[in-house]
Amino acid sequence: MKFVEEYRDPELGKKLLDMIHERSRKPARLMEFCGGHTVAIFKHGLRQLLPDNIEMLSGPGCPVCVTASDDLDRAIALGHLPDVIITSFGDMVRVPGSRSSLQEARSEGADVRIVYSAQDALAIARDNPEKSVIFIGIGFETTAPTIAASILQAEQEKISNYYVLSLHKVCPPIMKAILDLGEVNLGGIICPGHVSAIIGSHPYQFIADDYKIACAVSGFEPLDILLAVDRLIRQIESGQPTVEIAYRRGVKPEGNVPAIRLMETVFEIGEANWRGIGVVPSSGLQVKSQYEKYDAAKNFKIDPGPTHEPEGCICGSILRGVSTPKDCGLFGGTCTPEHPVGPCMVSSEGSCAAYYHYGDNHG
Amino acid sequence: MCLAIPALIKSIDGQQAEVDIEGITRDASLQLTPDAKVGDYVLLHTGYAIGVIDPAEAEETLKLLKELSEAS
Repeated sequence: MKFVEEYRDPELGKKLLDMIHERSRKPARLMEFCGGHTVAIFKHGLRQLLPDNIEMLSGPGCPVCVTASDDLDRAIALGHLPDVIITSFGDMVRVPGSRSSLQEARSEGADVRIVYSAQDALAIARDNPEKSVIFIGIGFETTAPTIAASILQAEQEKISNYYVLSLHKVCPPIMKAILDLGEVNLGGIICPGHVSAIIGSHPYQFIADDYKIACAVSGFEPLDILLAVDRLIRQIESGQPTVEIAYRRGVKPEGNVPAIRLMETVFEIGEANWRGIGVVPSSGLQVKSQYEKYDAAKNFKIDPGPTHEPEGCICGSILRGVSTPKDCGLFGGTCTPEHPVGPCMVSSEGSCAAYYHYGDNHG
Repeated sequence: MCLAIPALIKSIDGQQAEVDIEGITRDASLQLTPDAKVGDYVLLHTGYAIGVIDPAEAEETLKLLKELSEAS
């Protein structure tokens, strides 16, 4: 595939690794924020290939994983309402809420459908005018503009039975929240590639300026990631943290301006509830009042009941970078991809699933 | 979740495009990339093009990677 294969050249990768080994002297802890990077790093065995003084941590950049139990409970409660069709991205339906999952709700009679795109959800609304079609809107800035586009398209086509439960989250505020918790001492952050395709690289500047932490936006192929690590190491060795783009074919400093405008047309910044971290101000996207007829949170009355986290699950501290899956007593035993207890094992981009599939999976 | 893959725009009809991914044809919305043209590669995410791939920058990055590896 063009723009993919070229960045997988193993010979070039080996030479880059040699260069990184030569250049890297200071001990440094790097966090890959994005779940897609976590999977790529594990899949290509990069953790083992980097110098011993470089420690890699996974961050909270998996939208399925960071969805709070009570938000899931709300989605499930919506699914049990009469004449409702729930539409959702695939991984989300298997995540256990406090009492069940969307998948279990389906087996109890709820109409839950997996979609690939918000456009598919809109098509289901178009084809089922007698039903209320609710899209469970998860995702970061990469996905939120697509959901905004679907709402504008519903408006344009006068589709009045399409709703979005907006659980969207934005990345820079949660990066700040993690740094302010002071639990992880980071030297550098591999910033998310496709979030940055939308927001650009400027929103990370505060990390370099205020926290003196190196930043590099990375693509998802092994050479992309090695280039980002190289950029971070150079910044760390020189003691001059800044924000660099190591994924220039996909990311511009200013981002995708039309997509940002579209997102800002439909959504406004509000608080969001992050699993393991709690409610973080200004870290979520809510449907603006102008578009509230599409807002599932405003148009349906539900009682999701009390929320509780799965017993023994440490997804929360894994998402903060404080623990690894190996620290969890459930990992690989009670909690496996076939029978997940927590969201980090459900999502294909979750740290636990990555450890399970590509690392030592015996807990 | 934030997965996006390169897709080649084959034709455009309004805000919708037909794109090619390794020989497979799919529909893609260009609502987020109004300036995308036939022949461009876009990053396709959940049925939407979220950005146009810059071929000159792609070439520059490959050049940089080669330079770095030769310097080691």
